[in-house]
Amino acid sequence: MAEPMKMRASVSGDVADIKVLMNHPMETGLRKDAKTGQLIPAHFINEVHATVNGKPVLDAQWGGGVSKNPYLGFKVKGAKAGDKVEVSWKDNKGESNKVDGVVA
Amino acid sequence: MNALRRNILKSAGATGIVAMAAAAGLLKSGNVLAAWNSSAFAAKTVPEAIKDLGLSTPADSKAISIKAPDIAENGAVVPVEVTSSIAGTTGIAIFAEKNATPLITDFKLSNGAEGFISTRIKMGQTAMVRAVVTAGGKTYTAAKEVKVTIGGCGG
Repeated sequence: MAEPMKMRASVSGDVADIKVLMNHPMETGLRKDAKTGQLIPAHFINEVHATVNGKPVLDAQWGGGVSKNPYLGFKVKGAKAGDKVEVSWKDNKGESNKVDGVVA
Repeated sequence: MNALRRNILKSAGATGIVAMAAAAGLLKSGNVLAAWNSSAFAAKTVPEAIKDLGLSTPADSKAISIKAPDIAENGAVVPVEVTSSIAGTTGIAIFAEKNATPLITDFKLSNGAEGFISTRIKMGQTAMVRAVVTAGGKTYTAAKEVKVTIGGCGG
């Protein structure tokens, strides 16, 4: 499953602008398969964590209401070029993935 | 002799794992987030979900701005951007009021993360997109209507 995530982190002034794209089907568990009429089991990212230089900056809980292949943008003050950013997620089936990068 | 050695190795391995688990637990308890809040995400209305998140009833605030399209053609992908200019913003939760389960995301921000979240959400039908912001133990809210042409929750 764990397809690669994409991240871009750029700094303007002292604020880092971090953008992340994740690959995930984000099934709510409420949708029916058009062919069989059966409910498609829920499969969505429910936890997202982000750190800058190892310090947590963002901890999120998600429901199935986030769009497929989720996009997340957030900003961190006091960051500078060269800072290490790591973003990770976990889904309701226990799968996980992470991406790390450097603020440019 | 061999069996004894094996047992010792095994128990050593086991204590190692327990120690690691404890360390992980300690790290987690320092974190704001507990286990995934299944009741809040299953709540059918916004006030219920806010209560399940452990937040007080929020007051309307003009310091929160929600950027979302007036009309979303495809409810499966609605870009939403929430900016809170309230000092000390530590939490942003996003709701789509008429979704089967309105709570979409609950963000906790710390260590310099600004009151800003940009993401894409699913909307079943035309509804208010609501943001609930936590700052200094108080909660604030703002909402914006998004008209949805094709719902994004059905099959």
